[in-house]
Amino acid sequence: MRRGAEISLALLGVAGVLAAAWAAPWLRFVLTIALAKGIAVLGILLLLRAGQVSFGHALYLSSGAYVVAFLAPSLPEALLLLPLAALIAGLIGLVAGLFLARYRDIFFGMLNLAISMVFYSLLEKLYELTRGTDGIRVEPPRVAGLALTLEAYVWAMLLVALVLAVGFGMLVRAYLASPMGQALAGIKTRETRLEFMGVSARRVLLAAYVLSALMGGVAGAIVGMTTRHVTPLLAYWTTSGELVFIAILGGAGGALGPFLGAVTYELVRVYAAAAFAEAWQAILGVVLLLVILFAPGGLWGMLLGLLGRRPGRAP
Amino acid sequence: MSTQTQLSRRGALAVAAGAVSGSLLWPGSGSAQAQKPAELKVGITTFLSGPASVFGVPARHTAEMLFEEINRAGGIGGVPVRALFVDEAPGTDHLVGEFRRLVQNEGVHVMFASISSGSCLACTPLSDELRKTTILWDCGTQRIFEEGRHPYAFRTQGYATPEVLAPLLYLLKTRPDFRTLAVINQDYAWGRDSWEIWKTAMDALKPGVRVVAELFPRLGAPDYSTEVTRLLAARPDVIYSTHWGGDLVTLVRQAAERRLFDRSTFVLPVAEASLQILGRTMPAGHIIGTRGDHWNNHPRPRDPARLSRFVESYRRRQNEYPIYPCHHMYQAISAMQAAYEKAIAAKGGGWPNDQELAAAFRGLEFATPTSTITLREDGQGLEDQIVGVSSFTDRFPFAVPKDMIIFPAAMVSTPVGQKSVDWLKTLKPDLLAQVPAPIAG
Repeated sequence: MRRGAEISLALLGVAGVLAAAWAAPWLRFVLTIALAKGIAVLGILLLLRAGQVSFGHALYLSSGAYVVAFLAPSLPEALLLLPLAALIAGLIGLVAGLFLARYRDIFFGMLNLAISMVFYSLLEKLYELTRGTDGIRVEPPRVAGLALTLEAYVWAMLLVALVLAVGFGMLVRAYLASPMGQALAGIKTRETRLEFMGVSARRVLLAAYVLSALMGGVAGAIVGMTTRHVTPLLAYWTTSGELVFIAILGGAGGALGPFLGAVTYELVRVYAAAAFAEAWQAILGVVLLLVILFAPGGLWGMLLGLLGRRPGRAP
Repeated sequence: MSTQTQLSRRGALAVAAGAVSGSLLWPGSGSAQAQKPAELKVGITTFLSGPASVFGVPARHTAEMLFEEINRAGGIGGVPVRALFVDEAPGTDHLVGEFRRLVQNEGVHVMFASISSGSCLACTPLSDELRKTTILWDCGTQRIFEEGRHPYAFRTQGYATPEVLAPLLYLLKTRPDFRTLAVINQDYAWGRDSWEIWKTAMDALKPGVRVVAELFPRLGAPDYSTEVTRLLAARPDVIYSTHWGGDLVTLVRQAAERRLFDRSTFVLPVAEASLQILGRTMPAGHIIGTRGDHWNNHPRPRDPARLSRFVESYRRRQNEYPIYPCHHMYQAISAMQAAYEKAIAAKGGGWPNDQELAAAFRGLEFATPTSTITLREDGQGLEDQIVGVSSFTDRFPFAVPKDMIIFPAAMVSTPVGQKSVDWLKTLKPDLLAQVPAPIAG
């Protein structure tokens, strides 16, 4: 029953995104970015299940984007760049995760932040390689071997993001229901019990971490190919903060939460910027405060409440 | 909390969300614009927050002031103008999204893009894609027109190469016997680019200068004591720095306190915007630039009345002198007015569409208060550069240049189709013979 409801909600969301993109051309871009960020936030959500907050996931977002920026000239094919970005971000996640998975809570969050800021500095300092803060331009790659017109390309990126969002959403849903996912919740409640059962908490967290890094890489690749200009700002801590912000806004209860949060976040930002060009930060802050104060389960929890169900688990 | 109140609050939220999404789905105006519009919308991206807002906010004030003046005088071609501002600070993905929203949803007729070079690099491909005339109103990177063609993008002011080459030529002309040099630039693209341009040109024009220190402190550094100590120890004849805004103020204050200015000659190509804040702290006798020719004490402006009218009305509103981003905004708006006049005249009084407007910009010649700027065939504007030596007069409570040299834009700009660094390598020392003499006073 619950599953059926979630699937129909997801289908409704897909239809809503497509309808909005069809009606308003400029929304195609905003929604593609929102879906990409939603995919990255899905990774944050996995870690949130284990009670761990990463303040450094911009590392994976930006590494995915820079994989695109560096490889697009020699390999102009979106459907190859995406898995490559995922692979490289996943590998970085594996290396970093090997020692990060030993840490918990504030130490986990801060170490993630530290590593991502090291990467940011490298992007800025290795000027000859990365063109520094001015960033690298990305020429639109082919999609499935087709050199598309720019208008078709914008549509193609939206559809790619939509398909990946649905795919990763289902994957995360299945993962959370699996023993590996259940063990994540075990880390949050009482880790010793897990170890007592013969389950290695480190491996459980590492697996989730690598998966989240991989999704971050995919999200970054989409962002890079959509904005077609990649700058080190993507690796800055404010981007990591944005992802955590979206996770809280959307709610950590279900796989749809991150997408709900990301779309809301982008739309609120666009509207706030349109209405009050110099006060958009304040408006976003007020929205987050309202959500924390009145809807601790995030937008997803609010939606479940509207549908007459109990709100999902708070983060 | 009762269920009923919860539901009603949620209901209200849902209604509000619906109303918002409703307004967003149906754009106000389409992209076709053959008919004369009710108003001419101009999208302007500028820094409204963050450290670069020291440039962005004065430019915004200038745009608001000039648009009011234009509207009082009947608008452009009889159509009132309206500005829509976008903050550049949140980063590329937000800026690119806003650019699309302004063009596709608000139906703006002209875009003014960006202070940051990174923003300009991100926006110019969009101008190609959306076929929307985009004026690059302040950014300086030489990469824009050297790395690709952009039929709808035009830069209505100078750019990095002339803005660095002119101070170098000034130094070589007026103090040719320096032997050592140090650089202290902000650690980001402009700091690196402006050093590469300077170094390449200096090696071509005066080979054998020893670089005794290359310092790249981070953007927004609050403390330069390490750098000042190293510069005091290295004793360079010349210190080159393209610092800007608050960073330049901090650097000058800390270097002045420790008498670094007594020991070395500073070359500060972006000094002008910080001179009002520095006041008397800025030492006299150092080479200063303004990214153009728009000094308050321009020795022979083309239209002195227009310059002083602009400066005075800006001062009345903001209680300070306009700085170079204000002039760049003025130039962009003047170019837009001139292009519309040209396009409307070419169409016999009809309203131009996007293609006709862009065609009017190509090769456009427009007047600024200080001189005339021509847009080359690649879209780059040719703006003269004035460099001088900091000095104090009774007229201004802050440093202004004296012994100014007016560098004709064509002399210091990379020719069309060449890359700046390659062109700079071909410079010969006899270029110095072409440099005009300083204007005494």
